[in-house]
Amino acid sequence: MQMGKLFKRNCYAVFLIFLVVHASWGYVSNGNQSGTEDETESEQEQNLPVFTLNYSRIQMPLEITLWILLASFAKIGFNVYERITIWIPETCLLIGVGLIVGAIMHSVQERPPAVLTSRVFFLYILPPLVLDSGYFMPIRPFIENIGTVLWVAVVGTLWNSIGVGLSLYAVCCIDFFGVRDISVQENLLFASIISAVDPVAVLSIFEDLSVNEQLYIVALGECLFSDAVTVVLYDMFTFLAGMPKVESRDVFLGMTRFLVVGVGGLLLGVLFGFVAAFTTRFTSKVSEIEPLFAFMYSYLAYLVADMLSTSSIMAIVTCALTMKYYVEENVAQNSCTTIRHVIKMLATLSETVIFLFLGVVTVTTEHQWNWGYMLFTLLFAFVWRALGVVVLMHVINPFRTIGFNYKDQFSLTYGGLRGAISFALVFLLPQTIVWRRLFLTATVTIIIFTVFIQGISIRPLIQFINVRKTNWKLESINVEIHVRAMEHTVVGIEDICAQWSHHYWKDKLQKFNDRFIRWILIRDNQPESSIVSLYKKLELQNVMDILEPPAVGDSLSPETPNQEESASKLKKKFLASDLRNMHNLLSKNMYKIRQRTVSYTSKHALPDETRTREILMRRHASLHRSLRGVGEQHKNLATTQRYFSLPAQRRWEHTSASKRYPISGNFGAEVELDHSLASPRSRLLRRSTSLGARNLGACRDMAANAGIAAVKDHRGRHGARRTSRPGSSQSRPPYPCPARQHHLQDPVNNSNNRMEASDNGMWSPLL
Amino acid sequence: MGAFQSVHQEDNYEDLATRTGFSPEQIRNLHRRFKHLTQNGDKLRRDHFRVISDLELNPIQSQIIEAFFDKRNFQGNGRGTVSEIGFEEFLIVMSYFLPTDPNLTAEERESFRQRKLHFLFNMYDTDDDGKITVQEYRHVVQVLISQSDNLDQEEAKEIADAAMLEVASLAVVHMAPDEFYEGITFEHFVKIWKGIEIEMKMHVRFSHLETTSICK
Repeated sequence: MQMGKLFKRNCYAVFLIFLVVHASWGYVSNGNQSGTEDETESEQEQNLPVFTLNYSRIQMPLEITLWILLASFAKIGFNVYERITIWIPETCLLIGVGLIVGAIMHSVQERPPAVLTSRVFFLYILPPLVLDSGYFMPIRPFIENIGTVLWVAVVGTLWNSIGVGLSLYAVCCIDFFGVRDISVQENLLFASIISAVDPVAVLSIFEDLSVNEQLYIVALGECLFSDAVTVVLYDMFTFLAGMPKVESRDVFLGMTRFLVVGVGGLLLGVLFGFVAAFTTRFTSKVSEIEPLFAFMYSYLAYLVADMLSTSSIMAIVTCALTMKYYVEENVAQNSCTTIRHVIKMLATLSETVIFLFLGVVTVTTEHQWNWGYMLFTLLFAFVWRALGVVVLMHVINPFRTIGFNYKDQFSLTYGGLRGAISFALVFLLPQTIVWRRLFLTATVTIIIFTVFIQGISIRPLIQFINVRKTNWKLESINVEIHVRAMEHTVVGIEDICAQWSHHYWKDKLQKFNDRFIRWILIRDNQPESSIVSLYKKLELQNVMDILEPPAVGDSLSPETPNQEESASKLKKKFLASDLRNMHNLLSKNMYKIRQRTVSYTSKHALPDETRTREILMRRHASLHRSLRGVGEQHKNLATTQRYFSLPAQRRWEHTSASKRYPISGNFGAEVELDHSLASPRSRLLRRSTSLGARNLGACRDMAANAGIAAVKDHRGRHGARRTSRPGSSQSRPPYPCPARQHHLQDPVNNSNNRMEASDNGMWSPLL
Repeated sequence: MGAFQSVHQEDNYEDLATRTGFSPEQIRNLHRRFKHLTQNGDKLRRDHFRVISDLELNPIQSQIIEAFFDKRNFQGNGRGTVSEIGFEEFLIVMSYFLPTDPNLTAEERESFRQRKLHFLFNMYDTDDDGKITVQEYRHVVQVLISQSDNLDQEEAKEIADAAMLEVASLAVVHMAPDEFYEGITFEHFVKIWKGIEIEMKMHVRFSHLETTSICK
């Protein structure tokens, strides 16, 4: 333990040093480049050189790679200590690292590489960022709150831009600050740049503290749509700033353009989303390139929207939103995971690079400082945001079923950090803007201020003011069933009293979706109730749990399981569509397994690890579910499973806990398949580390002995997944334990009783 | 309707408003709807609900309709069912779906929540023995998933059983080896709903404005 800690601490130091050295080397070697070229040339005239250093050829890709590596090392460095990332948002740390690197570069009189051009940013760095936000947006809360989200994001950003811009112009008019000649357009341009809200850091804090769903989704949606609005305003104002005089006609044109741009982008995105979904219907044979379709269509939406001068951000976001649900149903499980991982990877990369760059630029460029302008910028930005949030919420609260109270509004205001987009936009201002440097300085100031001060202090503040919470992680069959029933009830009541609200429309949309859209877009359309999917999901989750404890700190939130779950330990977050996929996969494989086990028992067939594993998974699913009922304290005991169709009372001497929760006999049915896989099971037993390890030893030998014998008798039972125990389901009164015994007389089981008795040992370790 | 009648009705509305929590305008609208459903009669019967075509598509329509005729929902201490109800009972059942008034105290809110939950509980507990047994639960699950799936009975049973298990583990932490788990009692039911804001989800926006009756 001590060694581990020591190692960790040293690691951190090593990483820090390494990345600093790495960064410096990249830039120092810039200077060497021209020198080595000459040498190479002169050498080549004489004889064949044995060793040459050809830096110029690979310079660009090398520098990019080094930057990316630097960024990644920084991230590794931060996560060595988990406590750090809780209290200090990662963006702060990244900027910090950037500052350090910038300081080093400044001391060696080096300039940052001129890679961050407008083209590179808008074409390569921005799309992954927004695709990530769009793809991982939880759809249901989003649609429920879509009015508020759009209202706060779009109107809020406009309000902020115009408010801050005009106030700053008023300030500029005062001669005292010496910035007299910044025109209205330039002020508005600057204001629109700094009203792009980027609360990424805050969102992870919100999620950690489980703030209520509405607040979370409004913050998330605002982040996304304010980017779109800002980019549109940026374009508009850059254009206007170039014009000497602005007339009211231009203002009107500006507003129309705004609408066209927004709606156009949206429609385009939806179109591409549907096309992508439709394409994936046919990709079952080419599953290796399935992720490519998802990416290419989104990127295509982005580019085409850009070409048509509509909002490319809106396009890519709506494409991702539309596409996700259908694509995830159609594609293979691997492709689904790949898509998610790649999106996350690219997005993290983009963001990291930008913040690092921010840090570097802060130190290395010449700043133009103006106290008055800076302070007023900070002041106005905060004031207008606060005002904006309060007023907009006040307007929209009456239309909402659940209003936002003052605490929510405060959190939203305070969580309005500025980030990557603002920086990139100001960095890319055209040189025609005279006060470019001033704007750059001001933007960097406001970003650093909000990220550091607001970002660090928001966590204790939110905890202090006790924002209303939602239990995000509550997922259980019961809840799903009851909530479903309640929703149907409410729709029914609405029908009865003929007063419809969003429940009705949601229901209608759902029905339309089920009947028409899914029929067109989904590969093998098996409409499934959410209850069933959730049930299977939980089953699968438990399975995954047992077989492969997932990596800690997997950052695919909110999709991935949260490891350090509370005592209930029931629920993780997978999507239902995720689940349908997994379920289909599993059931298809299960079917094949039933057929394969016949051949498996022959002498010549090698044990197929994957197949047996899947059967084991199925088995474990049921097991674990019954285990779940016992509670935490029993998990490590060698609890026997509760297959009530199994008669062996001797099994029950293992724990008393086992007798408690009788469950339906169907689980027993699935279990039979395992009989035939006795031998590889011993290998598999080793894998189930989370289960009672101490039983493994005892059972391994029994497994080996009983296995082969068991196999032959069970050949006839294959495919009997659901019908094998006809006696069990009907004859059972509600959950009695001792009544299990009458299964002994069940004629179907008779042949197997002997087997099961001797199989005792085989079963328990798998628990 | 003569002036006398409308004045009489006004008083009634006020009285009902205080008792159920609706506003008089909402009551007027609902009364209009009631009249429409009963074709200007005074009592609502089960077959009157057939008029509503959308309701036919609802998977748990029978439970919903039964809820209107279930005496347990009338806030008295009655048990059993009736075959026809008047406007007052109609209103009382509807009042379960009022949104929670933010001005209520914590206890009032809690009691309102309990009433809503009890309404739902009664919908499941058809034989009125105070607990939801496996069969009743299975029936509900079957009905719910029958809408979009052509699953066989077995799967529904599995799900219902898994659900019962969950409730059992949630509610009854220490069960002796020989005990049955008989059914979900109301306390256990409440425990399931712990943490979920039912008040937010279970309500209908009754409009205050005059609505023209939509013939459905």
